[in-house]
Amino acid sequence: MQRIGVFVCWCGSNIAGTVDVEAVSEALKSEPGVVFSTNYQYMCSQAGQDIIKNAIAEHKLTGIVVCSCSPRMHEATFRKTAAAAGLNPYMVEIANIREQCSWIHKDMATGTEKAIILGKAAVAKVNLNAPLTPGESPVTKRALVIGGGIAGIQTALDIADAGFPVDIVETKPTIGGKMAQLDKTFPTLDCAACILTPKMVDVAQHENIRIFSYSEVVEVGGFVGNFDVKIKKKARYVKEDVCTGCGICTEKCPMKKAPNEFNMGMDNRPAVYIPFAQAVPKVATIDPNYCNMLKNGKCGLCAKVCTAGAIDYTQKDEIIEEKYGAIVAATGFNPISMDKFDEYAYNQSKDVITSLEFERLTNAAGPTAGKLLRPSDGEHPHTIVFVQCVGSRCAACAEKGKEYCSKICCMYTAKHAMLTRDKYPDTDVYVFYIDVRTPGKSFDEFYRRAVEEYGVHYIKGMVGKVSPEGNKLMVQASDLLANKQLHIEADLVVLAAAIEPDKSARPLATMLTASMDTNDFFTEAHPKLRPVESPTAGVFLSGTCQGPKDIPETVSQASAAAAKVIGLLAKDKLTGNPCVAHSDELMCNGCSSCERVCPYGAITYVDKEFRMPDRTTAIRRVASVNTAVCQGCGACTVACPSGAMDLNGFKNAQIMAEVDAICK
Amino acid sequence: MQVNNGYQPKIVAFCCNWCSYAGADLAGNNRLAYPENVKIIKVPCSCRVNPMFILRAFQRGADGVILCGCHPGDCHYTSGNYYTRRRMALLFSMLNFLGIEKERTRVEWVSAAEGAKFAATMNEFCETVAALGENKRLEDLRCKR
Amino acid sequence: MHKDNNAVRDEIIRRSGVNPRKCMRCGKCSATCPAYDEMEFHPHQFVYMVESGDIEPLMNSKSLYQCLTCFACVDRCPRGVEPAKLVEAVRLEVIRKQGANHLKADDIPALVTEELPQQAIVSAFRKYTK
Repeated sequence: MQRIGVFVCWCGSNIAGTVDVEAVSEALKSEPGVVFSTNYQYMCSQAGQDIIKNAIAEHKLTGIVVCSCSPRMHEATFRKTAAAAGLNPYMVEIANIREQCSWIHKDMATGTEKAIILGKAAVAKVNLNAPLTPGESPVTKRALVIGGGIAGIQTALDIADAGFPVDIVETKPTIGGKMAQLDKTFPTLDCAACILTPKMVDVAQHENIRIFSYSEVVEVGGFVGNFDVKIKKKARYVKEDVCTGCGICTEKCPMKKAPNEFNMGMDNRPAVYIPFAQAVPKVATIDPNYCNMLKNGKCGLCAKVCTAGAIDYTQKDEIIEEKYGAIVAATGFNPISMDKFDEYAYNQSKDVITSLEFERLTNAAGPTAGKLLRPSDGEHPHTIVFVQCVGSRCAACAEKGKEYCSKICCMYTAKHAMLTRDKYPDTDVYVFYIDVRTPGKSFDEFYRRAVEEYGVHYIKGMVGKVSPEGNKLMVQASDLLANKQLHIEADLVVLAAAIEPDKSARPLATMLTASMDTNDFFTEAHPKLRPVESPTAGVFLSGTCQGPKDIPETVSQASAAAAKVIGLLAKDKLTGNPCVAHSDELMCNGCSSCERVCPYGAITYVDKEFRMPDRTTAIRRVASVNTAVCQGCGACTVACPSGAMDLNGFKNAQIMAEVDAICK
Repeated sequence: MQVNNGYQPKIVAFCCNWCSYAGADLAGNNRLAYPENVKIIKVPCSCRVNPMFILRAFQRGADGVILCGCHPGDCHYTSGNYYTRRRMALLFSMLNFLGIEKERTRVEWVSAAEGAKFAATMNEFCETVAALGENKRLEDLRCKR
Repeated sequence: MHKDNNAVRDEIIRRSGVNPRKCMRCGKCSATCPAYDEMEFHPHQFVYMVESGDIEPLMNSKSLYQCLTCFACVDRCPRGVEPAKLVEAVRLEVIRKQGANHLKADDIPALVTEELPQQAIVSAFRKYTK
């Protein structure tokens, strides 16, 4: 039996004005378990807290009910008071007789009656309270960043600068991501490589950062502060620590017909390659799909010319196991496939390209060394048509496009149009738009400059059809403001393809038990207030894997994610919320219902040995809650058909007791 | 509140800790009156409410039960309120079959900013339940002392 | 907007199964239409005019019959609006109105003979029931 003390607060006249506090403390005296009951002007004041502390000592109280303001105001205060007097803080319950009683009722009689019932409910609950101790778990002071684009780079740099070791895992042979492929960046038009490559070098040289390039995460176990991760380092057939990045092998390689991914397949690269001059790590990689030596053992030229002796045809995939305290997903995006858009003739003509391909065409390090030339015949295009929203805002067919706005296309199209007119003033540039969306610092000014100063023809309407005729592209489009159908003879058509999350994101989310939306973007813990955290504790989100973003937004989110990771790694121990789910193993029938509803993946099943009544032992499958991961929502308690699952602090019996007290 | 010759319905309101309980507090802060017959029980999430609690309330003589949670998509625990919505749709239709009119049970989304909505909802719910009169269908007379 | 117009609009929407509110005014339907130059009212105008209940001019326009029903607009609309189905529904509206100067339902039994094809009877009735 508990020994409960009841403390009724007047809150000056806030409560005492409509509730007879004397009557309340008197009425609660006779409740089961109550051994002491009093009232005071301000319970939260130092004098009020002393009353509570003294009563705990004097009456050997095991539980406390404070009838006062909302627990959202002072529950923490009174829990501290109890703890200071040696009582478990979770033996304190608050009856909310201010916000939910005295302030909404004008009549003393009704206010008092309701306050007594609320007090009784709290007493009934405390009678069933049990002391709770928050669990503690250690924190591995190392972070994992998955993805080495600008988002992953920024997150890793910020965490590393705070003094914590960071590993970056990147599937490609180099970090840099999509930003490394870009030419200029809006709205300031500084060159992407000029601002990105110094950061890549910083990453390479940072003592706290390790880069696992050409690698991928294959398994994630554990929980916040204690993740166990397996990383597969794919065989690149080049010893990373020996290769000097001189590039002789790439020059001598006789097999030069592999499509160059970095240039969006618009030119070819050798079978042994370094993606681009500023690659980090600057190490060659052999493509096993094209290397003659690896395919049929006939060549071996690269090994002969390599003075460092870095080539190793026998290299195998390697699995690295490492522990991490926090994981950041920064898996980025890709443009969607244009295969379903027959009307734009993307697969029929080389001169219909996507914006990312256009980006490579205008990049000084690209296939044309920065000269804007048609991919088909290398001629200079005189009429260029840009089509926006190709696959974005497309609700008609899920296989074709995406329902969301890809956010970055309006600005990069304005950039492409402006730069084209700047370099080649003899070119006619048309941009077909549905809406021009330019919310962002200096964004609309940038777009207007493209129109007003550079004379880009912005036409409200959409392109309906592109048909190759000879060496021209016939573009049929509508001009909605003129209410005309246009027929433009173009040399080059550029499609602003929608962007979608990288394909690796979905399996990664499954490994991390992080939730995703229907578009395969990672879901944030709260759309407004916790935008860089995943609902799964210890998993953070950086960049476009969470939603379409431009570079400034990506970098700010990357730094925000880093700040959250630093906050986590700075702790030596994680104190959990003790109000977590708990399974009674003797009642659990191993049905997995709870596991399926848990939004955090906190419940796993284990095979346990039990002693049976007849002295035999039996192995049974039972639920086990990871208290470090459980957030205490209670969804599992209701899903459990056998009633084995219960929630500490809000036990079935406690809530039932409250119901009983209220309905009495 | 007195309707039907002084008859006062007993109403149990389950409020989630993050949105609706805060919404109820806000109603108090703004001194928005609603009937004293409404007594609030705090739960971490609306999905903590076991159908058992609702049956118990009716068994013990409650006349109406209302569940308040975060708006869909705003749940502190991501998906708890979706579970609530599905579970209660089933429970309420079963209760309706048993003779507990569906007006006596309700799920309402109240955010922490919607003090006015909380008070208005409670006023309206109380009136609806009062008009239906006392719940005798599930009440267990053995529970009366 | 006139109430009667709304009634006609709602009927056209019901009949076609098209929700013109889904239109985001991109104009791809008109961009893709092979009969564009022949038309007084273009596909995107069709959608907009039906949505705003401005149906009378559509019913009086030759554009109704210049639509080839090739369904290019239906295929390419990014929002799944299906403009060609709206055109068809307006066409039906015109055709069904013509029923007023034809037979009355009561007259039909007297006209039914052995030679009259079954289909003709069915279609004659259909005219009055829709």
